[in-house]
Amino acid sequence: MRSLLSVLNVIGSLLVMFSAAYLIPIASAVLNRDGTLAAFCAAAATSLGLGIALYVITLRFRQELKPRDGYLLVTLGWTLIAAVASIPLLLVLPQLSITAGYFEAMSDLSTTGATVLTGLDHLPPTINLWRATLCWVGGMGIIILAVAILPLLGVGGMQIYKAETPGPVKDSKLKPRIMQTARLLWLVYGGLTGVCVVALMAAGMGFFDALFHAFATVSLGGISTHDANIGYYHSTAIEFVLIVFMLIAAMNFATHYLALRRGSLRIYVRDPEVQWLLIAVAASTVMLTFYLANQGVYPDLETAFRYASFNVVSMATDCGFVSTDFGLWPLFAPMWMLLLSCLCANTGSTGGGIKMFRTMVLIKQASRELFVLIHPQAETPLRISGATIPNRIVFSVLAFLFLYLLSIVVLTLAMLLSGMDFISAVTAVVVCINNTHPGLGVVGPGATFQSLSMLQTWICTAAMLIGRLEVFSVLVLFTPAFWRK
Amino acid sequence: MKIVILGAGQVGRTAAYHLSREEANEVTVVDTNEDLLRDLQDRLDIRTVAGNASYPSVLEAAGASDTDVLIALTSSDEVNMMACEVAYTLYRTPTKIARIRSAEYTSHPSLFSDEALSVDVWISPEQLVTEYVERLIQYPGALQVLDFAGERVRLVGLRALEGGLLVGKTISTLREHLPKSESRIVAIYRKGRNIHPEGSTVVENGDEVFFLAARDDIRRVMSEMRKGDAPVKRVVIAGGGNIGFRLARALEKHNQVKLIERDPKRARRISELLENTIVLNGDAADEDLLVEENIDSADVFAGLTNSEEANILSAMLAKRLGANKVMALINKPSYAELMESGSIDVAISPQTITIGSLLAHVRRGDVVRVHSLRRGAAEAIEAIVHGDERNSRVVGRRVEEIRLPDGATLGAVVRGEQVIMAHHDTVIQTDDHVILFLADRRHVEQVERLFTTPP
Repeated sequence: MRSLLSVLNVIGSLLVMFSAAYLIPIASAVLNRDGTLAAFCAAAATSLGLGIALYVITLRFRQELKPRDGYLLVTLGWTLIAAVASIPLLLVLPQLSITAGYFEAMSDLSTTGATVLTGLDHLPPTINLWRATLCWVGGMGIIILAVAILPLLGVGGMQIYKAETPGPVKDSKLKPRIMQTARLLWLVYGGLTGVCVVALMAAGMGFFDALFHAFATVSLGGISTHDANIGYYHSTAIEFVLIVFMLIAAMNFATHYLALRRGSLRIYVRDPEVQWLLIAVAASTVMLTFYLANQGVYPDLETAFRYASFNVVSMATDCGFVSTDFGLWPLFAPMWMLLLSCLCANTGSTGGGIKMFRTMVLIKQASRELFVLIHPQAETPLRISGATIPNRIVFSVLAFLFLYLLSIVVLTLAMLLSGMDFISAVTAVVVCINNTHPGLGVVGPGATFQSLSMLQTWICTAAMLIGRLEVFSVLVLFTPAFWRK
Repeated sequence: MKIVILGAGQVGRTAAYHLSREEANEVTVVDTNEDLLRDLQDRLDIRTVAGNASYPSVLEAAGASDTDVLIALTSSDEVNMMACEVAYTLYRTPTKIARIRSAEYTSHPSLFSDEALSVDVWISPEQLVTEYVERLIQYPGALQVLDFAGERVRLVGLRALEGGLLVGKTISTLREHLPKSESRIVAIYRKGRNIHPEGSTVVENGDEVFFLAARDDIRRVMSEMRKGDAPVKRVVIAGGGNIGFRLARALEKHNQVKLIERDPKRARRISELLENTIVLNGDAADEDLLVEENIDSADVFAGLTNSEEANILSAMLAKRLGANKVMALINKPSYAELMESGSIDVAISPQTITIGSLLAHVRRGDVVRVHSLRRGAAEAIEAIVHGDERNSRVVGRRVEEIRLPDGATLGAVVRGEQVIMAHHDTVIQTDDHVILFLADRRHVEQVERLFTTPP
């Protein structure tokens, strides 16, 4: 109980910090005069007030966070911030239920990008910008941002960083201090966003659209200001720019930092995750190009290549932009893309899913077992580009895979129980847990999550949180041992 | 400050803990044991690198190319020296500190001169601990005796006892009792809590008092706090390792020393090297042996073996059998805390003793000496004042005008050979050595800022 209160104290200061994020929509509301100023000011005040109240009430219980408190802080922090972030959506769009508002906020924060809104083109621009801001803040991680700005997390900072950062190997730091490491990551992230804005404007977008889509790209949120998503623009230039930035965002930001500091692209060549990501994407694009042309979906290879490449990259990186309704493609193509979305994003990127590093460990562990069947006496270290991976990590990856699949199975069964058809249920859960969209069927590229019942919406919300915090951080809270003294 | 620590042993871990607690430091620890490093990184905000400490690739990965201080604390003297050499040759690291244990090296100072090995400062924890214990024996009744300004001034910590002239009286009466001696009480801990000493503060029975005094005045001031402890004559040392042996050699001229060593070969070896010490081959926890050797008339019993549990138990046994004052070498801070509350008189913590000599090199400002006190909670600092009245925050100012943080006391000023106890109207001059006591080491940055002058 005491540790819960001390965690709430930190969450209080987290909310105070988060209320600064409202400055972006407030500025936009003033500029665009779209009548949302009052709603955003009210939401900012609520966030600030709630944060200060939480902070003051629990000040007495303030203490250095213990390692296990990190999990509680991250899960509780994300849950609460999503609630606070949904306030302006609910105020401006009265037709939205609380369930839908919370889903929308969590979807943006976790960079899933699935939406329950339609008529995006006619929404007040500030509401759209707020959704993109949430993506952007959630992409690199709220807690990591807090670690970068506030020294409040102290020694426990590493634990919290581990609980929020995607990927199995989190012991390596760019700098000795967690605070500096977090700052560097955000600096690279911010810089990349700036470059993306410029590139999108050069490709023909206006400033507002460029800013919005840069937020949605670098965070791999995949939301758009248009119902037709990227298909609205009919522009190969924009699609090309987005492909490049989606791939960059799906790589480890620590790798970007090292490459920038050394001023060398060799760093990327040496990163096995980058190699595998690029190979998987390239091979899949080629395969689907021929498949789609062969099936007669597109008349020529060039058109097939254009649509296949964009949508494959978008799904593989867990971004979720769509340039055409790939739900209408023969089932093999979207299912293959869904598989890629589970495997491809790199450790320490803004993407979701199992992560390429874990995929590599799983494949090598499987072949190790097969090898040992043939040579029972053999010493078989598991190596990834020369470095031996300790068994401790292999076990952790196997446990992750089990819990990840179990979460998918359980949540899918719950969806089926609520009356959804199989394809829609399984794809909705998979895309939510991978923090991408769209799925197939009723949640396909041509539709939204609006048609889901209240229960189904909450199941998807839970899947997004579990996926964003990589299963362990959430599930550990449900073990009795966590709460035992 | 960017700091690389090589070796995650007892001293390395303590150094990492203390240094990383200070916000301005970026600490990287190198060791060959990955499990040890992972555990360390989970608890401290540091970076860790696994590998052989003297290899260039490992030093490179630890960020040696822009490191300010390299502290080599691995268990091997040779690796430590090599690492300093590599760091200097490849990365021009400005400050390189190495732990050198073997007297074979340390007895040749020219090895560490500018044109020879690239070790700027060498420390030998064993030697530091030996000197520390030696001073404690020199001043019976003291819990801690620390040197400043080339031994001209000492900081003494002791427990005030009924019978001392000052006990039950205010601090200001100290001057009336001892008009000729200069001394200054810098801190009082009552039941573990710090009390800022003022002239009107009453010293109570059982208080832990820290005072500064010139070396020759210490005995007189100590007798104010507790009934005259008799000078030490008979010393019994348990453990003939590095520390025990060195201590015996230092004490044997003026004291009657008995040394108990368990290993027959080692006992034979040190008996050959020591002149007047009686070396006994046996177990320090053997009651019969202790009684036979008249432990009841021993003034001091010091448990200095490698095993802290054995030190604690043999010291407790010696106390029960009648030894006057017992000490034990204890590594674990938690044990030290447990023991000092009653069962034994002095817990000697090698890490706390060693860490001070490391801290002096990572402080900003011209800090020449740092002693860590009360398991790292408090600190005593000696700094040299530079600059003039225009660019310094202290030069030309009276002590009362200097804005010291809470719980900090400016205790003494050493000007050339002269030792001045600081009063509210003492004026600080340039090149003074100033000795400060900080009850809370978290304020250390404020003190550093006072003593740095803008270039």
